[in-house]
Amino acid sequence: MNSPMDATANDVLGKLFSLDGTGDLLAQPFVRNALLAAALLGLVAGVLAPLIVARGMGFAVHGTSELAFTGGAAALLLGVSVSVGAVAGSVLAGLVFGLLGLRQRERDSVIGVVLAFGLGLGVLLLALYPGRASNKFGLLTGSIVSVDSTNLQVLVVVTILVLATMAVIYRPLLFASTDPEVAVARGVPVRLLSPLFAVLIALVTALAVPIVGAILVLSVTIIPGAAAARVTASPVVATVLAVVIAEVALVGGTVLSLAPGLPISGYVATIAFLGYLVCRIIGRVRGQVRTG
Amino acid sequence: MTGPPPVDGREPAAVTLRGATVRFGARTLWEELDLEIPRGEFVAVLGPNGSGKTTLLRVLLGLQPLDAGEVLVDGHPARRGGEGIGYVPQQKALPEDLPLRARDLVGLGLDGHHLGLGLRGRRERNRRVDAALDAVGAGRYARSPVGRLSGGEQQRLRVAQALVGDPRVLLCDEPLLSLDLAHQRTVSRLIDERRRNAGTAVVFVTHEINPVLPLVDRVLYLVDGRFRFGTPEEVMTSETLSGLYRTDVEVLRVRERLVVVGVEESGHHHDAVVPAPGGAAR
Repeated sequence: MNSPMDATANDVLGKLFSLDGTGDLLAQPFVRNALLAAALLGLVAGVLAPLIVARGMGFAVHGTSELAFTGGAAALLLGVSVSVGAVAGSVLAGLVFGLLGLRQRERDSVIGVVLAFGLGLGVLLLALYPGRASNKFGLLTGSIVSVDSTNLQVLVVVTILVLATMAVIYRPLLFASTDPEVAVARGVPVRLLSPLFAVLIALVTALAVPIVGAILVLSVTIIPGAAAARVTASPVVATVLAVVIAEVALVGGTVLSLAPGLPISGYVATIAFLGYLVCRIIGRVRGQVRTG
Repeated sequence: MTGPPPVDGREPAAVTLRGATVRFGARTLWEELDLEIPRGEFVAVLGPNGSGKTTLLRVLLGLQPLDAGEVLVDGHPARRGGEGIGYVPQQKALPEDLPLRARDLVGLGLDGHHLGLGLRGRRERNRRVDAALDAVGAGRYARSPVGRLSGGEQQRLRVAQALVGDPRVLLCDEPLLSLDLAHQRTVSRLIDERRRNAGTAVVFVTHEINPVLPLVDRVLYLVDGRFRFGTPEEVMTSETLSGLYRTDVEVLRVRERLVVVGVEESGHHHDAVVPAPGGAAR
C-alpha cells in the first residue's frame, strides 16, 4: 500500500539520485567545463586544506567566503564580472584576517565582526539587484552553469599560481604552521607567510564560490583536511588524502547533480562529509592517529 | 671582566660578543657585554626574569639587533636564519592533534626554513633525520604523531631537531623546564655528549643551575644590566652575587647543590632557590 506520503518520499529520493540522462549530459560542453573546474578546484583545495586545519583557520576561511559573496553581489549590481568581485572581496578579507596574527580570541572576534557586516551588506546588494533570481541564488549555493570558458581560463591560471607558490613556500609554511616558536628562531618569516597564505586561501575561495556557493566553501577547504588529519599525522600523506577526498567530492558531486538538476553543493558537501565520517571511524578503530 | 678564554688560534670562537648593548626605550637591558665562548664549551646563562637571558638568545639568533657592539656566531655576524645554529625551546606540550610525526618535526629542524619542496637529496635527508633520531634514542617512535608522545619523548625530539643540522652552536632556552628529574638528566646528557663529541658550543639559559652544574664550564650571570662571566666557582659565590644583586645574597653548597638565599627581598624572584612546595613560580 502506498500512502501519499510514501509516494512523495519516493519522488524525492528518485529526484535526488536520478541518473536518467546523465550520460547525455556528460557529453555537453558546459558539463565538461564544470567537471574540469571541479577537478582543478579539488586539487588546490586539497593541497591547502591540511594546512588550513593545522593553522586552525576554519573560521577565517568561512569569513573569507562570505566576503567573496559580498564582492560577487556588488559585482552583480554594478554589472561587472562576478568572479572579479568575488576575488576582490575574498582577497581583501584574507589580507585583513592574515594580518591579525595567531592570537585566537582576537582573531575569532574580528572575523565574526567582519563576516556579519559583509554578509549583511551582501544581502542588501542582492536585494537591490534587479536581475534574475537564479544569479542571486547561485552565489550562495553554487551552480555548474556559472562555469563558462572565461571562468575556466581564470581557474587554470589561478590553480597554477597557487600550486607554484605552494611549491616554493611549502616547507617554511609547514614549519610556521606547526612549530612557530622554533620556526621563528630558525629565521622563517612567520609574519610574512601568514598574509601570503591568507591570500592563497582567498584566491581558492573566490574560485570555489561560483561552483559550490559561498555558504559551502568549507565543504572543500576544511572537510578534506579535517578528514585526513583523523587517519594520518604525516603531512605528505595528509595532503595526498585531502586531494583525493576533495576530488571525489567535487567531481562525484558534479556528476550526481546533473540528472536531478539540483545545486552541486549539496552533493559535494554530503560526499565530503561521508569521507570525513569514514576517516573518523578508521581513526577510532585504530585506537589513535597512526603513522602514514 | 674575565680574562680572555683559551682559544686555539685557528678555530674562530663559537660565539663572540664585543661591547654588546641592548636597550628597550630608556631601559638598558645590558651594555658593554664582552664574552667569547670557544668551541665545545658549556655556558649557563642565569639571572632573574627580565634580566635579558632570552634577549641574549635572540641576539645570537639574529632576531634582535644590538644597539652597540658586535656579535659573531662561528666567526660571522649573527643573522636571522643563519646556518650552524641549533635551537632547543622550552618544553611545552605539543598539541595532541598536531599533524606531524616525530621524524617530520626533526626534519623541519634540518630544512624547514628552506624554500622549495626539497625533492632532490631526499635519501640523504632521510639518512640524517634517522641518524639524529637514533642519537637521542627516538628511533622507536620515529613514525608516531608527536602530540601523542610524552613530554620527555618530545623534548628528546627537540634535541634531535636542534642537532640534525650539525650546528656549531646550540642555543637552549630553559629546555629542562617542567621535565621530571630522569628526563632532565637524559636531555642534559644528550646535550653534553654532543658538545664533547662534535665540539658544539652550548649556551644554556636556565633558572636552575643544579641539573647542569656538573656540565657547566662557565656561567654568565645577568642582573639589572650588570653581569659576571666566569667559572661557577668564581660567579656562584656570596660575594659575587651580593655585588650583582646589590644586596646580601648567600650561596650555600648543600650536597652538591647550590642554594641561593636572600634574593627575593630585592624584588627579583630567583628560581635557583630550592623550589618551594608546589614548584618554582616563574
